Amino acid sequence: MTHRIDIQAVSKAFGAFKAVRDVSFSLAEGEIVALVGHNGAGKTTLIKLMLGLIRPTAGTVRVLGGDPAADPAVRARLGYLPESVSFNPALTGRETLAFYAALKRAPHGQVAELLERVGLSQAADRRVRTYSKGMRQRLGLAQALLGAPQVLLLDEPTTGLDPALRRDFYGFLDELRAGGATILLSSHALSELEGRADHIVIMGQGVKIADGTLDELRGIARLPTRIRVRLAEGEERRLEGDADWRPVNGHMLEIDAAPEDKLALLRAAVGARIADLDVTPPTLDELYAHFQDRQREAGQ
Amino acid sequence: MRTILVIARKEIQEGLRNRWVLATTLLLATLALTLTFLGSAPTGNVGASALDVIVVSLSSLSVFLVPLIALLISHDAIVGEAERGTLLLLLSYPLARFQVIAGQFIGHLAILAFATLIGYGAAALALGLGDGAGLAAGWPAFALLIGSSVLLGAVFIAIGYLVSTLAGERGTAGGIAVGVWLVFVLVYDMALLGLLVADQGRTVTGGLLNALLLLNPTDAYRLLNLGGEAGAISGMAGAASLSAPALVAALALWAALPLAAAMLVFSRREA
Repeated sequence: MTHRIDIQAVSKAFGAFKAVRDVSFSLAEGEIVALVGHNGAGKTTLIKLMLGLIRPTAGTVRVLGGDPAADPAVRARLGYLPESVSFNPALTGRETLAFYAALKRAPHGQVAELLERVGLSQAADRRVRTYSKGMRQRLGLAQALLGAPQVLLLDEPTTGLDPALRRDFYGFLDELRAGGATILLSSHALSELEGRADHIVIMGQGVKIADGTLDELRGIARLPTRIRVRLAEGEERRLEGDADWRPVNGHMLEIDAAPEDKLALLRAAVGARIADLDVTPPTLDELYAHFQDRQREAGQ
Repeated sequence: MRTILVIARKEIQEGLRNRWVLATTLLLATLALTLTFLGSAPTGNVGASALDVIVVSLSSLSVFLVPLIALLISHDAIVGEAERGTLLLLLSYPLARFQVIAGQFIGHLAILAFATLIGYGAAALALGLGDGAGLAAGWPAFALLIGSSVLLGAVFIAIGYLVSTLAGERGTAGGIAVGVWLVFVLVYDMALLGLLVADQGRTVTGGLLNALLLLNPTDAYRLLNLGGEAGAISGMAGAASLSAPALVAALALWAALPLAAAMLVFSRREA
């Protein structure tokens, strides 16, 4: 497997402030990676390092086999959407996109095509000044897709998008991934990323706290899975076994199952007369909170 | 090169859209026309070409106005884009940083050149329509006026970029730009005059004076326009013994050095 982006032992300090400390990870072809962390965790610094806008204090950053800071040509195959993207308000959407297309040497025909794709065809000849936040975000996405990039770096891409557009957005990403593109998403909207990101990198205070697929992270975190059953009519409010099922409003029972007890508890539940069963594995939100807490404890 | 032209084109497009081009052209044309009509009244028939009179009045005006306009356009170029958040995206494109400054320079200079040519050209045209006499004799000086005004603009656009790459905030850049304007346009000459008066010609020789005049681009511009034939009316002729090519070279250097410095500072900066 070839690595599109390879970050090895990278540190970046701004004066005395260490924005990123000894971070390593790599991104493969055709995967969607979520870069998760609170504000100031070093996400944007990492993205700027990958774009070659800043140079690492220590370690190496390789993007598409080259050094992005030394060789601007690498950036021709990258697409970037900055957090809260802004454009010159005096130009129209079409003019703005045509400008970026010319800079990236993308075919001019892509301008109309991408405007259509992000749903801005109607507004293309209006000035960016009149655009809503969501429309500017869509224009930002369109510019990131210019020139069919092999790597997309998207910093908080779905802020300001309405739910329908969010769905379209993740639709684009799946198409791009199918075409072999590597996509890095940084986001706060963790629930959105669940089931969409192949690989998750959790950052906290400049350090990588966890890195893996959602299942791997669940394995590491050992957070309980919540099992909830609704009992059939007339059934007594208890289940076989010595586990501590908690009654929940009326005919429901609930338990937080540790990973090794999960199957036994499920068998017990299915064996009883139940009307319904819900299994909720720990969400990305919960995993994130868990890793954050663990890091905080380790820091103390 | 194509990248530079793409950026220059966008700069011009923005200038047209936000009315910079229109405002500058109208301002220069209005002032030039006012001077043309007011300025020709007192000369009567003194034998000086009407165009020469205009050259003297316009160059005195340009020495104040052109640096001001140039700094107004340029001081915001980098720091403004950075604050609006458009710079980060631009730099993520496959381009080198000097290309950004080179493109902006070409674009801004084109805007200024257009405004000067049309604005001052309107004055010459109005004069030609009113009274054709003396135009033929005066046009080389007039062409020099337009050319050197654009060059003076280039100097201050370049200085503006240097300010813009060094300043951390737009407000700071604006303040420094005003300071630069005051120093070069007003303070420097007053200080120089004071020095000459106090010195009574003891230590400040002709050679030193020439050097001091070349150290200020606006003085080089003044000498260039007022030292020639048109200068006979201004009383500046023979004030200093600097040739026109030397003055043009000084102005070109004054444009090239800050521009190169701005590119260097910008390339090393982390964004």
